Amino acid sequence: MHPILGNLRRLIPYLLGWLPLSGMLVYLLAVPGGLTWIEAFALGIPLCLLYGFMCLSAWYSCRWTPLDRAGALQLTLTHLLGAIVVSGFWILAAKALAHEFSSFSAFNGVEPHLSKNLPLLFGTGILLYLLAVAFFYVLLAVQQSQEAKEREMKAGVLARDAELRALKAQVNPHFLFNSLNSISALTSSDPAKAREMCILLGDFLRRTLGLGEKAAIPLEEELSLIRSFLAVEKVRFGARIQMEENIDKDALDVFVPPLLLQPLVENAVVHGISNLVEGGSIKLEIHSRNGTISIAVENSFDPDSPPRRRGGVGLANVRQRLATRHGNLASFDVKTEGDRYRVAIKMPADRPERAS
Amino acid sequence: MTQPTEKKFRAVIVDDEELARQVLREFLTMHPEIEIAAECANGFEAVKSVTELKPDLVFLDVQMPKLDGFEVLELIGTNAAVVLVTAHDNYAIRAFEVHAVDYLLKPFGCDRFEAALTRAKERLSSASSAVMSPSAQPARLAPSPSDLAAAARPPAQYLDRIPVRDGTKVFIIPIAKLDYAEAQDDYIALCSESKKHLKQQTISSLESALDPSRFLRIHRSYIVNLERVARIEPYGKDSHVAVLHNGTQLPVSRAGYARLREFLDR
Repeated sequence: MHPILGNLRRLIPYLLGWLPLSGMLVYLLAVPGGLTWIEAFALGIPLCLLYGFMCLSAWYSCRWTPLDRAGALQLTLTHLLGAIVVSGFWILAAKALAHEFSSFSAFNGVEPHLSKNLPLLFGTGILLYLLAVAFFYVLLAVQQSQEAKEREMKAGVLARDAELRALKAQVNPHFLFNSLNSISALTSSDPAKAREMCILLGDFLRRTLGLGEKAAIPLEEELSLIRSFLAVEKVRFGARIQMEENIDKDALDVFVPPLLLQPLVENAVVHGISNLVEGGSIKLEIHSRNGTISIAVENSFDPDSPPRRRGGVGLANVRQRLATRHGNLASFDVKTEGDRYRVAIKMPADRPERAS
Repeated sequence: MTQPTEKKFRAVIVDDEELARQVLREFLTMHPEIEIAAECANGFEAVKSVTELKPDLVFLDVQMPKLDGFEVLELIGTNAAVVLVTAHDNYAIRAFEVHAVDYLLKPFGCDRFEAALTRAKERLSSASSAVMSPSAQPARLAPSPSDLAAAARPPAQYLDRIPVRDGTKVFIIPIAKLDYAEAQDDYIALCSESKKHLKQQTISSLESALDPSRFLRIHRSYIVNLERVARIEPYGKDSHVAVLHNGTQLPVSRAGYARLREFLDR
């Protein structure tokens, strides 16, 4: 679709832009060309408007030879050839127009007058065509930058969507079902404990509910979410889960995306601890140094259990969310050493004053 | 004639979570005709208990340490009525294919449990009457549990380990350590680290469960791990043998040779 020909609101200003050029053409025909002023006006203005239309074709050749990809030779040849062809047709049109005019008595000298000026007209045509080429390259560049901006915006929206979807998917329904099953067991054997677990579970769910709308929360909040998650899991797994924490105090007010660490801890339980007969430990380390925060979640796992049971959607989500937020300023590494599985994250430490 | 006492059913509960076992125990103790023979907290214990105690009823969790519920089923090959108990609803079709009597979704109530139990008892009584009648004696026509498990395996997902049982002991062969498998009557011998483990399964069902880019059926009776093949040598007039890195020679059939060539030329 031609950006000017297909749009009347652009075509009119474009043709108006040709009016000063037509004035120039009239002057050229009259003064150096030796046509009478009446002949120059009668021929110059329609010819110039016609040429305006003809030069619209330059847009196609500009699009076929993009400045950033076509070579200098290709560029020169394409547009010079275009200029010669279009300008050639133009002087043919001029001759035909002069021939039509010569039937009127006032214009009977126009044909020989024009014939003398054909080289001048041809040269002007070439220059005007090249002017149009330059104009269309500018137009193309503007169009491209607009498209790029639009794409960028769309990508931003998509990334945010992905994050929201990730958050919704992250509270694992099987965690809920298994917890409810534990409560069901406790109701007859230990009603007080059953009640306590209901409260723990409610506490965890309430914390996760509000998080979807927030872009970032203080690390402290995420940690208390993790602790309430583990409190529920501890009722299920009993002594099989041990938790070790090594957390810098000054890291607590750093802002992190909500539910960034919880999936890592859940992963450690589901794919690590729950496959171990004797259970194992989960170690959470958080250090803040020089504007960077490093987080590591380490857990024991059964090296004999097949690899597909480790890792999974949760980890991929965390990795993806880090990448959309921080690009290559953040890192995400997974390492297994013997029977220990370790996920390590490094990212810029957003403090409240910078986050707000 | 002795007094026709009501037969006691013996049940085994398998779940790695104490509280989950507790629910089942509570519901089962309401039935005096059922005796809980054992409670197991992982797959290995389950295989041991079921092979030793030969219970009538097994309540089996799916996700457990060591072996999952399906692997346990594959190894025990029991005549017991098995009820799978899990929080995951996506195993239902597999459960059906391994002939589980019922599929209980956690958390479940007493009514749902009773329904499962009734179904299990029906299965047990019809099975025992079938054993009584002489016409139903040759029951060996049924596919082996491993074949069932292979058929129930989710498509486009190949085995990454093979559990095998020797008496009450369980071995797990990671697929990367399997050198080759050899058909021996109703069994296959799985050769790994120069040890042979027998398993009741057909070689075809094993073949379909293995990743075809890593394992090849080179003979009616042999599947080989392609990484182990050192070279192929002519043998006799127009047959071949595959020589493995450890020196083992395996016969290669004509069709197997064509497949091998196709693989090696790729």
